[in-house]
Amino acid sequence: MTEQVIQLEKVNKWYDDFHVLKDIDLFVEKGQRIVICGPSGSGKSTMIRCINRLEAHQKGKIVVHGTELTNDLKNIDLIRKNVGMVFQQFNLFPHLSVLDNISLAPIWVKKMPKKESEEIAMSYLEKVKIPEQAEKFPGQLSGGQQQRVAIARSLAMNPDIMLFDEPTSALDPEMIKEVLDVMIQLAEEGMTMLVVTHEMGFAKTVADQMIFMDEGRIVEQAKPDEFFNNPKSDRTKLFLSQILNH
Amino acid sequence: MSASISLTHNKYYSWCRNNLFSSWINGIITILSIYFIYEVSSFFLNWTIFEADFVNNFRGEKITDRTFCSKNIEPGQHGACWAIIIVRFHQFVYGFYPVEEAWRVNLVYGLLPFALIGIFFDNLPFRKYFIYFTFLFPFIGYFLLYGGAGLDVVGTSKWGGLLVTLFLGVTGILLAFPLSIILALGRRSKMPVIKTICIIFIEFIRGVPLITLLFTANVMLPLFLPEGVRPDNLLRALVAVTLFQSAYMAEAIRGGLQAIPKGQLEAAQSLGLTYWQSTRKIILPQALKISIPPIVNTCIGLFKDTSLVLIIGLFDLLGVGRAAVSDIDWAKLHYEVYVFISLVFFIFCFGMSRYSLYLEKKLKTDNS
Repeated sequence: MTEQVIQLEKVNKWYDDFHVLKDIDLFVEKGQRIVICGPSGSGKSTMIRCINRLEAHQKGKIVVHGTELTNDLKNIDLIRKNVGMVFQQFNLFPHLSVLDNISLAPIWVKKMPKKESEEIAMSYLEKVKIPEQAEKFPGQLSGGQQQRVAIARSLAMNPDIMLFDEPTSALDPEMIKEVLDVMIQLAEEGMTMLVVTHEMGFAKTVADQMIFMDEGRIVEQAKPDEFFNNPKSDRTKLFLSQILNH
Repeated sequence: MSASISLTHNKYYSWCRNNLFSSWINGIITILSIYFIYEVSSFFLNWTIFEADFVNNFRGEKITDRTFCSKNIEPGQHGACWAIIIVRFHQFVYGFYPVEEAWRVNLVYGLLPFALIGIFFDNLPFRKYFIYFTFLFPFIGYFLLYGGAGLDVVGTSKWGGLLVTLFLGVTGILLAFPLSIILALGRRSKMPVIKTICIIFIEFIRGVPLITLLFTANVMLPLFLPEGVRPDNLLRALVAVTLFQSAYMAEAIRGGLQAIPKGQLEAAQSLGLTYWQSTRKIILPQALKISIPPIVNTCIGLFKDTSLVLIIGLFDLLGVGRAAVSDIDWAKLHYEVYVFISLVFFIFCFGMSRYSLYLEKKLKTDNS
């Protein structure tokens, strides 16, 4: 039995009267790659944002690495240090150079010396294949380059788990591949990943679990083979037929 | 022939042709405007410089009171009589500061740029030491101006002129800056008590004219202090000016804070940065950059508004000027005095405006 790194039990969340997450149960093992898809407004982003407490859940239990997420700030800090996140809009810091974007968190959160953290930043920039952009500002890079910097920025904190919230949705088509390549490489290295995406090709290549969400519930959870070839619920079938028929 | 071709290809020629004489109407407006500018500026330059008196009048006599001014000897034929400024220069710059101690004020004026360049320019060599000096400067400056420990004490009632204007303007702005950041952050805080306090403070101060605040500080502040403690007039005015400025600056900064996308804070938090780290390293640098124009706007406004301290009996630059024109020896030289004062205010305000443009340009990090 492999180690469970994320446990969600009966998680519920409301925005005022709107019930966004309904009794979510999800268990993630170390090294697992889970791809989450579903129509917009289905709660998939909200769910992964609850895992590092960018959103607070109101009912149920979320445990990451054995630490339960409550209002206790110490726990939240502890979990955020081990969980990296990549956003749809990159959210790079526009006033800092690429290198400073990446070395900022190691310096301030891990209290690493500046020189050491810049070396780490460079090594991750090499990993995402844009070391030559280190001195530039985010505004001078293409979308695909920015997203790769954002991935490097998260990796520099050396997290065990990476959350991806529609990482390619804001990119031009020709830039999607360069970002997916980095993510595939990460998957091959054994990173635990939760990815919200509609890139079904990517899902087939890396996922070992597929999750389909609709109206705040997990409607279907299956291995990719089964999920794509033999979906059980009608809602999943409809969604897949719409998304795969372009 | 070849000359006319080279003329038409001259870029100044084509610029003038396209922008100033593109049509008949445009051409007429251009000519009329040039004539108007010529008339106004020649009148002004003649009055201020070419036909003006400085030290001596047109007969070569030294001007010691208004009866020696050329324009009072031959009415309608001469320009300004700047002697009033020159003779009373000490008052304009130092107020009633003792003449033999004026070097202390000069020293402070001389050190002020060194205290400011550390903040203003970040690519300065040895910037660290300039910043240390910036923090020491208020103490050095106060010691030099006020005295004590070997220097004669010069009470603030003797300070005046440009000294008071700069003291209130510069100190008010510098003290208000950190206060306004705290107020702006507090107003956006999720903690209800802090939020309410900040909102009440900002709205109260903004809803009251500066004159009222000055009166309040002057009359009411002593009521809140223990018996016998009488803070001096200038410090009371400084408190009022600082509070006033911080409320306005806080709103300018809040505007900047609101313009920062939510994703910036989320990204910082997801990396494990605490609230204060995110605020200091991510949110504030961006918010302040956006707020530069409105912040400088309030600074310029405050710098000019310092002249209101006249009504609580402090003699700033304008106060000294008004005293000068009401002096019997120099009466009826209003124009000279007010033009001079306007020029001094303009130099400082224009300087602030240019500096803000420089900052905006320097902090630009994208290609747009």
